[in-house]
Amino acid sequence: MSTTSTPPAPHAANPRHRPSLSQRRSRPGEVLFKLALQFCLLVAFAFLVALIAFAVIKGWNRLDPRLWQEMPTGAASRVARAGVQSAITGTLWVIGLTAAICLPIGIASAIYLEEYADNTRWYNRLLELNIQNLAGVPSIVFGILGLGLIARVIGLGFTVITAAIVLSLLVLPVVIIASREALRAVPRSIRQASYALGATRWQTTWRQVLPAAVPGMSTGAILALSRALGEAAPLILLGAVTFIRFNPDSLLSSYTTLPIQIYNLIKEPQAEFQELAAAAIVLLLVILLVLNSAAILIRNKFQKRW
Amino acid sequence: MAVITPGAPVPAASVRRGRRRPGERIIEGFLVLAAVVSIATTIGIVVSLLFPTVEFFGEVSIVEFITSSQWTPLFSIKQYGVLPLLVGTLWVTLIATVIAVPLGIGAAIYLSEYARPGTRRLLKPILEVLAGIPTVVYGFFALTFLNPILIDLWPSGDKPEFQNLLVAGIAMGIMIVPTVASLAEDAMSAVPHSLREGAYALASTKMQVATRVVVPGALSGIVAAIVLGVSRALGETMIVTIAAGLKTAGIPWSPIDGAATMTSYIAGAAQGDLPVDSLDYLTIFAVGTTLFLFTFALNALSIRLVRKFREVYE
Amino acid sequence: MSDPNRKAPDVTDTVNSTRPAPPPPVALVNPANRNEGAPRGGDEQVLRLEDVSIFYGDYQAVRGVDMTIGRHQITALIGPSGCGKSTVLRSLNRMNDLIPGARVAGRVTFHGEDLYARDVDPIEVRRRIGMVFQKPNPFPKSIYDNIAYGPRVTGMKVSNMDELVEKALRRAALWDEVKDKLKQSALALSGGQQQRLCIARTIAVSPEVILMDEPCSALDPIATSKIEDLMFELSRDYTIVIVTHNMQQAARVSHRTAFFTAEVDEQGERHGRLIEYDTTNKIFTNPAQKRTEEYITGRFG
Repeated sequence: MSTTSTPPAPHAANPRHRPSLSQRRSRPGEVLFKLALQFCLLVAFAFLVALIAFAVIKGWNRLDPRLWQEMPTGAASRVARAGVQSAITGTLWVIGLTAAICLPIGIASAIYLEEYADNTRWYNRLLELNIQNLAGVPSIVFGILGLGLIARVIGLGFTVITAAIVLSLLVLPVVIIASREALRAVPRSIRQASYALGATRWQTTWRQVLPAAVPGMSTGAILALSRALGEAAPLILLGAVTFIRFNPDSLLSSYTTLPIQIYNLIKEPQAEFQELAAAAIVLLLVILLVLNSAAILIRNKFQKRW
Repeated sequence: MAVITPGAPVPAASVRRGRRRPGERIIEGFLVLAAVVSIATTIGIVVSLLFPTVEFFGEVSIVEFITSSQWTPLFSIKQYGVLPLLVGTLWVTLIATVIAVPLGIGAAIYLSEYARPGTRRLLKPILEVLAGIPTVVYGFFALTFLNPILIDLWPSGDKPEFQNLLVAGIAMGIMIVPTVASLAEDAMSAVPHSLREGAYALASTKMQVATRVVVPGALSGIVAAIVLGVSRALGETMIVTIAAGLKTAGIPWSPIDGAATMTSYIAGAAQGDLPVDSLDYLTIFAVGTTLFLFTFALNALSIRLVRKFREVYE
Repeated sequence: MSDPNRKAPDVTDTVNSTRPAPPPPVALVNPANRNEGAPRGGDEQVLRLEDVSIFYGDYQAVRGVDMTIGRHQITALIGPSGCGKSTVLRSLNRMNDLIPGARVAGRVTFHGEDLYARDVDPIEVRRRIGMVFQKPNPFPKSIYDNIAYGPRVTGMKVSNMDELVEKALRRAALWDEVKDKLKQSALALSGGQQQRLCIARTIAVSPEVILMDEPCSALDPIATSKIEDLMFELSRDYTIVIVTHNMQQAARVSHRTAFFTAEVDEQGERHGRLIEYDTTNKIFTNPAQKRTEEYITGRFG
């Protein structure tokens, strides 16, 4: 019995049959597997290339100053003299305001959660759970919040400020989560050293922790804002879907944004509108690419200082 | 003022509160206030959904909403069955998942187990850029690039419509590949190196290590990545609005039909000038509540999975 | 009480306390014999622990510690890992406050004032009782700003910051090495230099007590010996409490040594306990407790 349960000593009985180590076994399964994995990655990147190439080719004829010098139009007869100027200025207004609202609130929330909150308390855990959940709420639901509560009940209407508040709330979880990660990356020893010298909590946060977390936070902030920049769904509910022919001049102006104008143009059947849409897409992608590259550069430059 | 000389400690004085530091309390108050904004947002969402939804169900029975197979609030014969929108949503989500899961996880395994560190450093940011492309762009791409190809290649019988659920699903699948890949890769990288070494020391091949050690080890993290991807697909608006159309009526039995989903119905209805407090206006909120409940369940699941995964390795 | 060392050892009954302090230079020449020197001012108690227990949530990490720490002495806390010596050290300047759920029972007094009384300002406590950590942790700032940070945040009235920085650096025996690069990042210094910078930084706020949590464990032997020289030099003006897992270090630098170990109680939970506290000489040559002797001679721990 005992002989069957003992693993046989490999090749001990007959040393002449010991396989050589230099004989490389071919393993076709291994090669196929790796090829399949590479294929997956390739498909993802092929689509990226196709998407950009298609937009550039299709929009090529309209990639000229008309794009930012002219106002949008819904009339097919005037499309040759149309652009997306009011969408560009509208986007600048809305995103500028969004940054002004969501960055301070998001960073302050992150500081509270990382530096102040005692996470053994139920309300702080609830706060954390709430933020995680908010991050997964569909953007159009934020549009409903804006429509039902901010535009109608509070009465801010379909204005630049309503759009900015809604987009701020939408990307707030992203800002908070990224800022918390940046704060968490600051070594605890730095905080302890500061406290041990008699610094208060805020002195420690303001003079030691925040400066060290700024690069990580700015990466998160840029990524959050670029998400807001490309967002269209909630603004559809907030009155942005019209061919607005003037630039916003106050918080209570009507407005439109670049993604919304792209959507508007796509809806029109004539080919000229499609070309203009493609040109606007190229513009939007260039802006986003610049922002994203900046974010990644900042992250790579400042990563791991300790 | 005399210079305080290090090395000559001041004689014993009390350590009791000499200074009040009111500034510290004020700052903490501001921080708490900022943190409360996210709670207020959730309450705001629930409130703005709840009241109109209750009003809606005062006029339309919940039974009709759940069981009727027609969604025709803007027709003359009005019927309020959410099933057609739900089926439209499920088609798109299903197609997107079928495309994104293998591609995303395959890409993640490659990045985590096969790619050289330099390659990974190059490819991961590109994936993140890909994840940041606005969905309106994916919608345009689906409608004007993918769909003509799809119609051309369609073997026989009924061709896909000008706008259809299938092409929207494909575009959505491509859209969530980076999300799934990036999160799954994070989970796989978190599997301790010692586990891999243990398997290699038992003469495992690279594929065996990947499929039998890394993937099972990162499973709950991978599942969380998939759930999050599905949740994004479920809540996505622009791709379906553009590529699948806003048509509502009966249940879309075939994915090559054009049909509205929950999100695109909301987007479509909100574009018309609906009088406030009309039943049509209230449908936006009723459908919104349904959508919110679905994504809430999925989010709760993914949060739970991620936590479970963290418990194992952190 | 079957455990005789529960009695708080009294500083005044040390044999050495009546001897005059030897001139420090002599001690520096012969480091091995430093602790033969009498504790200066050791008759005055600075810190006193009375039946101190420390909890993390429900877990009692340290149980029933009684000890006093004399002025201008170096007191070493030794013992195997997990014996609670670092926890005790951190309770002395309320660094444990920063750990959620940490709680101190019993009394810790500083010049007779209860450190955990309601109206005590932990910020002021930490200014008066500074701390040097296991791993050198300079701020990612210039050398100068590292030193100036403490005086700035504690609102010290400083007429000449340059002078204060220089004095602190001189005191930490670092001045000659860094005087030409005060504006350079502190992170560029070597580990030993960084640790001396951390000591200089602590001195700059004029504390009375300096707590050191295994300050040499991340350093090489040469840097370690420099820090030890510095500690001995500083003990003329400061009260120093040092946690170390290196028994030779405790024997070399300290005047008094407290030996801690972990005990398992009836419920099977581990608690840190103070086993023996006496002059370093006594602990290392003729310990009263068998467990101390076993640890000192390397038979356990």
